[in-house]
Amino acid sequence: MGSFPAILQSEWTKIRTVRSTVWTLLLTFVVTVGLGALISLLTKNNFADFTKNDNSPFDATTTSFAGIGLGEIAMIVFGVLAVGNEYSSRMIRVSLAAVPQRGTLLTAKSLVVGGLALLVSLVTAFVTFFLGQALLGDHHTTLSAPNVLRAVFGAAVYLTMLCLFSAGVTAMLHNQTLALGVLVPFFFLLSPILSAVPKVKNVAHFFPDYAGKQMLTVFPTPSEPYGWLAGFFICGAWTLAALLGGAAVLKHHDA
Amino acid sequence: MIELHELTKRYGDKTAVDGLSFQVPQGVVTGFLGPNGAGKSTTMRMILDLDRPTSGRVTIDGKHYGQLSEPLKYIGALLEAQAVHPGRTAYNHLLWLAQSNRIPIRRVDEVLALVGLTEVARKRARGFSLGMGQRLGIASALLGDPEILMFDEPVNGLDPEGILWIRNLMKRLAAEGRTVFVSSHLMSEMALTAEHLVVIGRGRLLADLSMADFIAQNSRSAVRIRTPHPEQLLDALATQSITAEAGPEGSYEVVDGDLVKIGELAAASGVTLHELSPQRASLEEAFMQMTADSVEYHAGVAPGEVVTDAAGAAGAWGAGWQPPADKRQKKQKGAN
Repeated sequence: MGSFPAILQSEWTKIRTVRSTVWTLLLTFVVTVGLGALISLLTKNNFADFTKNDNSPFDATTTSFAGIGLGEIAMIVFGVLAVGNEYSSRMIRVSLAAVPQRGTLLTAKSLVVGGLALLVSLVTAFVTFFLGQALLGDHHTTLSAPNVLRAVFGAAVYLTMLCLFSAGVTAMLHNQTLALGVLVPFFFLLSPILSAVPKVKNVAHFFPDYAGKQMLTVFPTPSEPYGWLAGFFICGAWTLAALLGGAAVLKHHDA
Repeated sequence: MIELHELTKRYGDKTAVDGLSFQVPQGVVTGFLGPNGAGKSTTMRMILDLDRPTSGRVTIDGKHYGQLSEPLKYIGALLEAQAVHPGRTAYNHLLWLAQSNRIPIRRVDEVLALVGLTEVARKRARGFSLGMGQRLGIASALLGDPEILMFDEPVNGLDPEGILWIRNLMKRLAAEGRTVFVSSHLMSEMALTAEHLVVIGRGRLLADLSMADFIAQNSRSAVRIRTPHPEQLLDALATQSITAEAGPEGSYEVVDGDLVKIGELAAASGVTLHELSPQRASLEEAFMQMTADSVEYHAGVAPGEVVTDAAGAAGAWGAGWQPPADKRQKKQKGAN
């Protein structure tokens, strides 16, 4: 068996030497920060209109993260491409010939992809938060307020988990186009729509994105079936299952 | 050394590789021949543990591929050109590959120079021609300075210059004492480079022998004679106990005949000759006859046309060679 640090280094070279890494991660940052800033600004300027029919307390953290639903799509694409480009270019055969221990290869790739995604997500989450709060003016909150720091970290963990979930699903499907075709519509359309449909939403509330978003909540919402910690574990379970499924398929499938 | 033992691969009810056992001898170029669809690529993928055999096993220096630590230092393979991310540069492609097996980074520049890609090393693979992609694939195979090299149809789609380059490279690698295992569906190509031959058809082993043996067994030579006075000539030949058999279009053929002796004999007996020519079977034809029964996809046969064997359809390769008399007659009927 080859040296694990060497395989990690090799996977890092793979990820940093393709342009898609830069543009998907940059897009995650720009969309999450930008849309969050825009909505924070609009909220401040129209505060009375936006909150007049709302009895719950104003959640400044969630408002600044309003762009995450769109930003996550770029992060999902990053996760898909990081694994999927091996299949689309048929480079997977070269990779497996170099590292025939398939589980080790996928572990190294997941660590590199997940590590980079976490780093970018942390920067994105904190910049989003601080910029959003600055634009909210009088209605802003601070990191020291209850649950806020956890929610900001939660946003970063949420994006990272979705990225790894997508990477795992792509390994399971071993096809980049198919993975994009399944994951993007699912997270962009299907999951948000289903989570609003009566009865169906009871199931949709356990989807990885809905569960993961609970990590961003600051005020306990009695209407939700579970809290942020349960959300973390549900989203984490999806992620782990996708990665394990991906490893199982990679191990047993002819390359 | 690569050793295959009863290697079998089935896809559903289709058997791609069927109980294949052979060894790839060390330090020479071994040609792995078979028609398209014979199972060559599947076999090569199983050697690299990319495809899992249904049964049987394959070992490299006695070990399963997955047990090799840093396998690129043992065996380098070119499976298909352009198995490279189109957005990555040639240098970076070789860099990650080198890092994965702890191969010194200076090897990247060395192999790039060796295959003549130094100038485009920093260019993205997207813009590479087929030949450049093939060279990059060969650079990846050579990266770990391995003792064993495996090339799957390396000359496919290359221009004559590229073909010559690959041919010389394989000879050079074998001269350095390396084991080269190269697949092809062209016998003529292998005849120029390979010392040993493994022929398969429909996933089964058809032959495993040295190139010299293959040539000795398959290159039937004959002298063809055409004369307006065959009776006289046959009598003259008979005096020297030379027998001629009927050839195509009224000619006669002397198997393993001596061109000079027959010519002098004809002159001595005053027989006019219209043709006196050496006939030699091409290796391509011998190969096609060997694999005729196992060709996956035959060319379509027009109604009424009788094709008796692969050699009948092999005109393009067999310069002047005619199959043995019994088959020839059937073929002539077909042609008329």
